[in-house]
Amino acid sequence: MREPKSIRRLLIFLAAAFLFLMLILPLILVAVEALSKGWSVYIQALTEPYAIKALGLTIEATVLAVALNTIFGIASAWLLTKFDFRGKNLLGSLIDLPFAISPVVAGLFFIMLFGRMSPIYSTLQDFHVAIVFAVPGVILATVFVTFPFITRELIPVMESQGRSEEEAATTMGADGWTIFRKVTLPNIKWGLSYGIILCTARAMGEFGAVSVVSGHIRGRTNTLPLHIEILYNEYNFTAAFAVASILVILAIVVLILRNIVEARGVKAQ
Amino acid sequence: MSDKKIIPGYHLTLGITMFFVSLFLFIPLAAFLLYSAGMGLEKFLQAATDYRNVHAYLLSFGCAFAAAVINCVFGLILAWVLVRYDFKGKRIMDAMIDLPFALPTAIAGIALTTLYAENGWVGQFFYAIGIPSAFSPMGITIALIFVGIPFVARSVQPVLKELDPQLEEAAQLFGADNLTIFRRVILPELVSPLMTGFALAFSRGIGEYGSVVFIAGNMPFETEIAPLMIMTKLEQFDYQSAAAIAIVMMVLSLAILLSIHSWQSHKLRSIGAIN
Repeated sequence: MREPKSIRRLLIFLAAAFLFLMLILPLILVAVEALSKGWSVYIQALTEPYAIKALGLTIEATVLAVALNTIFGIASAWLLTKFDFRGKNLLGSLIDLPFAISPVVAGLFFIMLFGRMSPIYSTLQDFHVAIVFAVPGVILATVFVTFPFITRELIPVMESQGRSEEEAATTMGADGWTIFRKVTLPNIKWGLSYGIILCTARAMGEFGAVSVVSGHIRGRTNTLPLHIEILYNEYNFTAAFAVASILVILAIVVLILRNIVEARGVKAQ
Repeated sequence: MSDKKIIPGYHLTLGITMFFVSLFLFIPLAAFLLYSAGMGLEKFLQAATDYRNVHAYLLSFGCAFAAAVINCVFGLILAWVLVRYDFKGKRIMDAMIDLPFALPTAIAGIALTTLYAENGWVGQFFYAIGIPSAFSPMGITIALIFVGIPFVARSVQPVLKELDPQLEEAAQLFGADNLTIFRRVILPELVSPLMTGFALAFSRGIGEYGSVVFIAGNMPFETEIAPLMIMTKLEQFDYQSAAAIAIVMMVLSLAILLSIHSWQSHKLRSIGAIN
């Protein structure tokens, strides 16, 4: 099917106009608003103590969530692709559950588990352990919303590789760790990198779930997105967009990395 | 069965997986269900059917539905252009589609609000002709279009790439015009990925909070979305109402996902029957 040139031009125009209005213009706006009062105000908004604290917590939560999900992702993908057992399909769909649950509802789960109405609340109080409205809650909520990300990238890759290479290595006497490092990892490294990149992007930007469990305590439980919300709601738009610009740059880095990894992955196949 | 497990690591990976699934999924979910079960049917029904909450569900579902439909149109155009045409800037366009996955939703929220507000770069044109493009259901829909577009485009793209060009050539030899080929040869193949993208965008849209909460305006009985109602109830320490709204949202979105899924497998089976 070769459609006339006019239709081609129209479709390309529609696609470009859509992307420009919906995706590119918001990015330009963040840059313009962030710098609207000059560089010194911009730098000031970024170096303000609350912004630095929020950046620290965002990095902490992101690193921990990605590390935990990497361990979980590799273990669960190995389990679901290398073995047959009862309840395998059920387990596979359960892992996807966070995709179907609103982040706000996910936050609510952790409030019910660790908050004031929880049966274990008084015990936690006795030991002076604070989970919700504290840093552990932020990390738990971040892990929850990014839970399926790495597994979902690994399972199709490992499924298509099959089991024969690992089985051959086992018969030759290799132990599990050696098989994983020498046989499996080289095959899945691009899929794994891709999953980690997606997981990082989502973890550093999570808003709804973290918003519920953090309690918005400035300088203590505020992540960067929550800090941006507070600045914005105080009509401090320039500072809000200045802090936002940091996450926009990170998002663009994520997109570039994603493309490099994808291109490498295609080449490797 | 155990004799089939040649590769080592079954117990280790099962242990790790179950540990994580229990800690991060089962126990929180169980705590939530336990709490909800304790509130009693009467309180649940009262909170779930409160007029302000019902308005919020309808708004969330309506806007998510509208956004998913619009995303099917533009997702299809984007995938079509990227798979079938060659032009300058194509690679950048392809990479940009994933931006909503990479950009924190709160930033999308404040940027879109500023753009589409009355004095915003885009909003001024809408407001000039009397259309409020922010702090309105339209604003919510705009935010959900942003969030949902990659789901549809990325579902359609691989299928469009794999289409056999011979089918189109055959149809052309039989004298079919472009529109007929698109309708009778290409579109039937795209129905399934479009539905998948629609379902993903729709269910994400129902629960979306960060990008919507700024542009919505959050006026009671007008632009309050369901996740915001949960937030509001939590701030008032009304945990029971928050739980009731959450249950309604979860049941409704699961029902939608399941019905689309079963419709899809029914469709696939009926195609199989024809072949």
